[in-house]
Amino acid sequence: MESYIIESNKKKSRLPARLDLAQSGTGLILGLFMWVHMLLVGSIIFGKAAFNFVAKTMELAFLSDTGHGYPIAVFFAVSTIFTLFIIHALLGMRKFPINWKQHRIMRDQMQMMNHTDTNLWYIQAVTGFIMFFAGSVHLYIMLTNPASIGPYMSADRVVSGNMWPLYLILLICVELHGGIGLYRLCMKWGWFTGKDARKSREKLKKLKNRLTIFFLTLGILALLVFVVIGIKHRDKVGEKYEKLSAVVEQVDIKERV
Amino acid sequence: MSEQERILKFQIFRYNPQRKGDKPRMVTYEVTEAPGMTIFIALNDIREKQDPSLQFDFVCRAGICGSCAMVVNGRPDLACRTLTSKFEDGEIKLLPLPGFELIGDLSVNTGNFFRAMSERIESWIHDQYADEVNYDQLEERMDPDVADEIYELERCVECGACISACATKRMRDDFLGAAGFMRLARFAIDPRDKRSDEEFYDVIGDDDGVFGCMTLLGCEDYCPKDLPHQTQIAYLRKKMAMVR
Repeated sequence: MESYIIESNKKKSRLPARLDLAQSGTGLILGLFMWVHMLLVGSIIFGKAAFNFVAKTMELAFLSDTGHGYPIAVFFAVSTIFTLFIIHALLGMRKFPINWKQHRIMRDQMQMMNHTDTNLWYIQAVTGFIMFFAGSVHLYIMLTNPASIGPYMSADRVVSGNMWPLYLILLICVELHGGIGLYRLCMKWGWFTGKDARKSREKLKKLKNRLTIFFLTLGILALLVFVVIGIKHRDKVGEKYEKLSAVVEQVDIKERV
Repeated sequence: MSEQERILKFQIFRYNPQRKGDKPRMVTYEVTEAPGMTIFIALNDIREKQDPSLQFDFVCRAGICGSCAMVVNGRPDLACRTLTSKFEDGEIKLLPLPGFELIGDLSVNTGNFFRAMSERIESWIHDQYADEVNYDQLEERMDPDVADEIYELERCVECGACISACATKRMRDDFLGAAGFMRLARFAIDPRDKRSDEEFYDVIGDDDGVFGCMTLLGCEDYCPKDLPHQTQIAYLRKKMAMVR
């Protein structure tokens, strides 16, 4: 009974509050990051040079004299995102149905009401589950090959590395999960409620839908461009993209020699 | 029969757990629609003319008592406030509210749940100085805006629609549910309740309480009284998350 006395007199744990905040916080960072990430990847639509510029800028090339950048910067960025991803997945798992009975009830409820926000939650749970695997593969590859982001090397990974199915799945999951998640965060914490919370909710939902469509379109277009580049570059897998000016410079040097 | 009159087809869940050997089933009844007919009126019609054994609850017939909540075509709602004219195809499927003890057919026991909920959140004004009140003096005045706000949250008729519409509550029986949060929010904004945020945290500061809410918003979308569940739960969540 001693433990009962101790337990009864103890302050109620603040951990549930901290975990809830952590889940929302990591979700917010990851969701916003994914939108920025998609915009950066989307630069391939404007050409190889545009994507190369973005990739080099992410490697902090503007800080180095040679213009080659520091892939270690990418390594640290990926490590941070990977850590947040794992924490968020761990925290998100708490909300999953823990057994078949709970899952059955969830499905029954969805079938009975056909309620949009309940259905959206289920989509989030399913996409989250898929991302445990698909996201981990992508993040691990980026973590171990931080210098391999470039128009040719990325396209080679997509086509010759057979990663396009994984990226397609990941794209759909990330955009659905992130969009729904950010919308739910606003609802959860009462952000952007304005004077009329119900009207604000409608507006936020519309915005969420539009953003999801925009990012999915952008992602699919970017993936298509990578596929085209990758197919054309199939014979030279592993070759790095060189800026035109750099190539000209090298040719000049060779000629002078 | 005039041209406007139509035959409504009701598919109603029938099961009496008290009767040995009885099995849950859906039974179809046909009712001639009358002007301004509600589900409640139609159910009375069925009971009077077709099947006196049909069980369903009602008291006020005006959306005040919350007794006649049931699932109408997948939507938890009050039978007395749902017009049959709403259903263009004239087909109406009625189920008892899930998540509550079934008494029989469309009748469920919401009383047990609401009593337990009230006790769990200690649904009364907490004031340690209540015994020292001087009854010869007027009560302290309340800001009319605060009174309005309390009144708004007090409109809950305890019908149980929010509980049935919440997949979180359905999956996790110990979860408090929107009606509980609404009631607690009512006391949290009442200046006469002297409970501190820490004390409120003791009641709802866990995954069975406000941090267990997955914001599925079934409560918000299916509350027959249009109570602001989403904003109240967000309010409590923010308040509780800041407790040190």
